[in-house]
Amino acid sequence: MTDTIAIGTADRKDAKTGTVAANRALAGPRVNGKAVVMTLYLVFLMLPIYWLVNMSLKTNTEITSGLTLWPRQITFDNYIRIFTDQSWYSGYINSLTYVVINTVLSISFALPAAYAFSRYRFLGDKHLFFWLLTNRMAPPAVFALPFFNLYSAIGLFDTPWAVALAHCLFNIPLAVWILEGFMSGVPREIDETAAIDGYSFPRFFVKIFMPLIASGIGVAAFFCFMFSWVELLLARTLTTVNAKPIAATMTRTISASGMDWGMLAAAGVLTIVPGALVIWFVRNYIAKGFALGRV
Amino acid sequence: MTLVLDNVSKKVGAETHIGKVSLTLERGSLNVLLGATLSGKTSLMRLMAGLDAPTSGRVLVDGKDVTGCAVQRRSIAMVYQQFINYPSFTVYENIASPLRVAGLSRDEIHARVQEAARLLKLEPYLDRKPLNLSGGQQQRTAIARALVKRADLVLLDEPLANLDYKLREELREELPRVFAASGAIFVYATTEPTEALLLGGNTATLFQGQVTQFGPTPRVYRQPHDLVSAGVFSDPPLNTVAARKSAGVIALSTGGEFRPTGVFAGVPDGDYTVGFRAHHLGLEPSGGDLFAIPATVSVAEITGSESFVHLDASERRLIALVPGVKRLEPGSDVTAYLDPRHLFLFDGTGRLAAADVAQQAA
Repeated sequence: MTDTIAIGTADRKDAKTGTVAANRALAGPRVNGKAVVMTLYLVFLMLPIYWLVNMSLKTNTEITSGLTLWPRQITFDNYIRIFTDQSWYSGYINSLTYVVINTVLSISFALPAAYAFSRYRFLGDKHLFFWLLTNRMAPPAVFALPFFNLYSAIGLFDTPWAVALAHCLFNIPLAVWILEGFMSGVPREIDETAAIDGYSFPRFFVKIFMPLIASGIGVAAFFCFMFSWVELLLARTLTTVNAKPIAATMTRTISASGMDWGMLAAAGVLTIVPGALVIWFVRNYIAKGFALGRV
Repeated sequence: MTLVLDNVSKKVGAETHIGKVSLTLERGSLNVLLGATLSGKTSLMRLMAGLDAPTSGRVLVDGKDVTGCAVQRRSIAMVYQQFINYPSFTVYENIASPLRVAGLSRDEIHARVQEAARLLKLEPYLDRKPLNLSGGQQQRTAIARALVKRADLVLLDEPLANLDYKLREELREELPRVFAASGAIFVYATTEPTEALLLGGNTATLFQGQVTQFGPTPRVYRQPHDLVSAGVFSDPPLNTVAARKSAGVIALSTGGEFRPTGVFAGVPDGDYTVGFRAHHLGLEPSGGDLFAIPATVSVAEITGSESFVHLDASERRLIALVPGVKRLEPGSDVTAYLDPRHLFLFDGTGRLAAADVAQQAA
């Protein structure tokens, strides 16, 4: 609509000299193709998320009774129950606990490993480096049974540590790959200059080196967080009651009265929030992270 | 302090980077490592600094073996060809960093940083991050950091190679002056013979990981021990021509002969290689007993006030550096003249057989 008005004013200005603009106006209102495609894309992208939020604010009756595009009767009961019912909110606490433990573990072990891969040549370094990545290719289901057996034997079963350690299996290799890429972007001469200046290695690493790869650490931490947060199979296999993650809680909501759709949707919305928050912080570096720091 | 390299060699895999180098660098001296790319300048510096351990041989400081000593515990400073600074620190903190590690007092650090900044004209930029500076300023920052440390051994690895011409000239003048007062051993690596001559001091010519000659710069230039050293210390490349001496006459393979007097008369008959620098080869007879070499012009490069004329003389490529602008058509025949007094005469093994030292100075 605004487009046609703009063309109209242009016509008036050009009226004396040219007819090109007039001809264009005769062809009908101009459609901004880019905007249409973009809008459609965003609508498709946001639709499931909107539907989730939509459902979480409805009552179960409204959800099951028919199609409504927005809640006829907004209710926050679902959210209130999650925040007050211990069996629900402890799921979030458990999940966050093992995710944070896992992220801290992964980064603190990956940092020295990535430094070694980036700076030193040693026997079998290239093979080892590739082998790390192949760990990511194995389906977690393969490891679920051995982990279950091992953790039961040593008393780690049903603790946040069990899940955090199990997730290290695929998060440490990923973090090593990402951090190695970022570290290799820092010239080796900086390390040497620091040594010449008299920095001890730990001091150099913390004071000079880590600030240089800060964005890499952020991206690696983000990926560890995300993968650990969304992983369900190992998390569910290795916990029962005390460390039950939120995703497992969500799959056990079938009650006598059937599925509790509203609760599930509300829990789903709350599960998206931490990821969205973390993404916000590293949004400028994610592309580089996906390229394993090699951009 | 005295730095002694005692039969130091460095092998990486099957490749020899440095082969059996022995050097003695005296306190307060300026030493130039001159050699082409990959001749081992950087490798040698890394051995001096202790960044790499030699495969064999020893490094001695004041007679004490420091071969296995960690870099942190040595008194060295180094400036790289690339501009290496700590990107997350300001220029001030960059310069101050070795002093902070050494645990000096705040006042002392401030005084030394200010002094270095003043010497290297960095005062207006102390609060900036290095990456927001020009290349020259970044390299000045690196040099200032090397300076404040007051190290016993200062290593500069082609510090000016990545700078533009004007800055290079300016910094080259300043550098020896800036470091002279410190009494440190000053080692400067360069690929350019001109730079070595401008810096003075001592020069070590490097070729394929070997120090072929070490001595005061003018002497190395005028009296190269052998063909290799003369080749390294020559830009444009040294002209070489096979020659034979028999019956009191030296004849070049390209044509041209003369009846030697003085130092050249004394050498025995046999096959030699004659070496001479481009600016000694002229296209006009300058009087006296000259070699006259018939040649064909291949290319003439004009630099403004001088012309590099590439000549083909019976399968030999010779370069003549002649004053003024010479418009020479490629393919035209000329006669190149060479004053025999400017010759280096190398024997079959490449060692210097004779050279007129007094004349080489000219």
